[in-house]
Amino acid sequence: MSEKGIPQRMSGNEAVAEAIRQINPDVMPAFPITPSTEIPQFVSSMISNGQIDTEFIPVESEHSSMSAAIGSEAAGARTLTATSSCGLAFMWEVLYVAASNRLPLMLELVNRALSGPININAEHSDSMGARDSGWLQIYAENNQEAYDNTLQAYRIAEHKDVKLPIMVCQDGFITSHAVENIMLLPDGPVKKFVGEYHPEHYLLKEDETMAVGPYAVSPYCMEAKRAQAQGMINAKKVILEVAKEFEELSGRKYGFYEGYRLEDAELALVAIGSVCGTIKDAIDKLREEGRKVGLLKIRVFRPFPGEEFAEALKHCKAVAILDRSEGYNSVGGPVGAEVTAAMYRAKCKAETVNIIYGLSGRDVRVEDVERVYEKLAKLAEGENVFGPYPYLGLRSKDEADCV
Amino acid sequence: MALPAEKIDEHIAWQDVTEGLQIHEPATSKGFMTGQWRTNTPVWLKEKCKQCLLCVPYCPDSCILAKDNKRQEFDYDHCKGCGICVKACPFGAIEMKEGQ
Amino acid sequence: MEQKAFNFREIQAREERLAPGHRMCAGCGGTIAVRNVLKALHPGDKAVIGNATGCLEVSSYMYPYTAYEDSYIHNAFENAGATLSGVETAYHALRKRGKIGSEYKFITFGGDGGTYDIGLQSLSGAMERGHDMVYVCYDNGAYMNTGIQRSSATPMYADTTTTPVGSKSNGKPQSRKDLATIIAAHNIPYVAQTTFIGNMKDLYVKAERAIYTPGAAFLNIMAPCPRGWRYDAPDIIEICKLGVETCYWPLFEVVEGEWRLNYQPKHKLPLEDFLKKQGRFKHLFKPGNEYLIEAFQEEVDKRWEELLKKCN
Repeated sequence: MSEKGIPQRMSGNEAVAEAIRQINPDVMPAFPITPSTEIPQFVSSMISNGQIDTEFIPVESEHSSMSAAIGSEAAGARTLTATSSCGLAFMWEVLYVAASNRLPLMLELVNRALSGPININAEHSDSMGARDSGWLQIYAENNQEAYDNTLQAYRIAEHKDVKLPIMVCQDGFITSHAVENIMLLPDGPVKKFVGEYHPEHYLLKEDETMAVGPYAVSPYCMEAKRAQAQGMINAKKVILEVAKEFEELSGRKYGFYEGYRLEDAELALVAIGSVCGTIKDAIDKLREEGRKVGLLKIRVFRPFPGEEFAEALKHCKAVAILDRSEGYNSVGGPVGAEVTAAMYRAKCKAETVNIIYGLSGRDVRVEDVERVYEKLAKLAEGENVFGPYPYLGLRSKDEADCV
Repeated sequence: MALPAEKIDEHIAWQDVTEGLQIHEPATSKGFMTGQWRTNTPVWLKEKCKQCLLCVPYCPDSCILAKDNKRQEFDYDHCKGCGICVKACPFGAIEMKEGQ
Repeated sequence: MEQKAFNFREIQAREERLAPGHRMCAGCGGTIAVRNVLKALHPGDKAVIGNATGCLEVSSYMYPYTAYEDSYIHNAFENAGATLSGVETAYHALRKRGKIGSEYKFITFGGDGGTYDIGLQSLSGAMERGHDMVYVCYDNGAYMNTGIQRSSATPMYADTTTTPVGSKSNGKPQSRKDLATIIAAHNIPYVAQTTFIGNMKDLYVKAERAIYTPGAAFLNIMAPCPRGWRYDAPDIIEICKLGVETCYWPLFEVVEGEWRLNYQPKHKLPLEDFLKKQGRFKHLFKPGNEYLIEAFQEEVDKRWEELLKKCN
């Protein structure tokens, strides 16, 4: 064991389960769905072996896992669940209920393509569809970040100025199942960092009743939604405070995004999740050739730190924003739309392009990324070599479709 | 500090609505006077009443309460005038009269 | 199970746990059900009340007015079972960790839409897992909150807004789903069916038994809706009585798998006595439609015979 941790090798799902073991939450309702199934399996084993005493509810669907999680969290218990893809879609309705009731529960989301066709591999269509449900969303590039984000999640969600549910996201299979090196933290300091949960109001508070989930007429609803939005606004400050404290514990630095060789980059990519590892490799290679290329890896998507993203991209000549989900809006994906809008507001001068990539686990190779930077260089010089609706790694009879 | 329910009305600013629209007090509905809905009003004829209390469990609006083994006067602040109690009474001790 | 002798006067004198000021219609059967179930909580016992979306929810917790003396949670339409199972599990988790000292009971209410139909999966899951809770269905036989649409609890031939009677329609073509039997098949310790009869002893005793039996329990309470059934609000007592005396709505319970009939009419009344009080069945009494009443009577007879067999 080094001063800052314990070196291990494990998958993203194992890493998250290890974080859950260290947190030992009160209640976990969950329903199996690939590729997140291992998380409730690991937790169930830990309970069976007496490593933790979390109460596990083997619900009959994801709708019920989120519904039971809402009940449990409202009752005053620190609660989490895990899911993927259609499981998240099935929770849709109640995701909004969790957020509007200001219940800081945690969802381990292992990102996977939404049907149809049915496919079990990495895609962000599940979480991107839920981006406006009022949940905080934090994304991981690898197992280490999935572990670290899980340890920070309750600190952010339960903060008195936030009180919103939090989705901790990692890419299906690529991160959840691939075994990589990781640095774990010792139990004692983790428990101290995460702390005990002491909600102010809850259903089972013995000297006070609580009514939750009202019907509200229009004169209250709009004010309620604005009040809820304030939690999201406040989360920005809290996320950075928690990250700073976590850095003191772990030596690992976190913020809204990670800039990789971005400070002097003329050409930048903006992306989320596991693809960033591949992009970094491509950047290192291109930098050796003297190309000024960089990456903005989004960690926090809700709240949306648009100003910070735009500030970090302000000096770039051209920016390609990558989406691992289809928007089916005839234009592009949600990350593209939001980042571009943020850059416009900040009066960024950079040319932008939105590229769809990696749908349903489609592999992205270093040479694919290099090709993006090559075309981006041309865009920076005023020559738009991208089609109106570019996909990376697509087979097409029309060259304009492809990057 | 969250406002007490009685101070919450349709004119408060968003900063004053309770977090998650939770209410941390019991039975705040007592502050809403459903008695205003009434078009007909039950009248308790005390001289006919045998205090059998059969009317008590049949009121959908908890407007006939029993205290010290005896039914109390109607809660006219909340009674909606449905008239079920009239039929629940075996002794004709409740009558409906027109109006409030 | 600690079940006390039925003392009507003592029970009526208990503190009300459903406050007035809720916005249910005048004469609503739903709140009669809720009040009387909550009366079966022993004085001083704490409870958390759950609720599926429906008339009851939008009327009894309309911000900032909660009608409940106890803690209350509404989540959505189809998940009252799962939601309360989460609350109940949290209770065990927090008790185990020494964070709560008091004992709590868990009771959730749903209409027939939220129970028989959209919430059936969630209810089935909660019952099968055996959470220590009571699910109470106040069954008024249609989606009343949205304006009297048919549900699987709607009786055959009822005129609803999605089975409207017309030149090509006699109302709902199908007969009611037998939910009590479905729930009994979950092998939970207690299932019962009741309604508002006499001094409410049947309802009270069943509610108390459901609440104080460890494990999952289910109560199905016929709770007439004057608007949806189209009768004069004060007639609710008579309607409930006719429902029982015609054997349309038998009173029974299933205790640890054993079926028990709680009331057998001395003279079973013809079904039409129950039907003719209600506007939703008015079309059945048009000349030429006698065969519809006969068919409905046959259905009721068949179910009654089946029930008698189950109860030996």
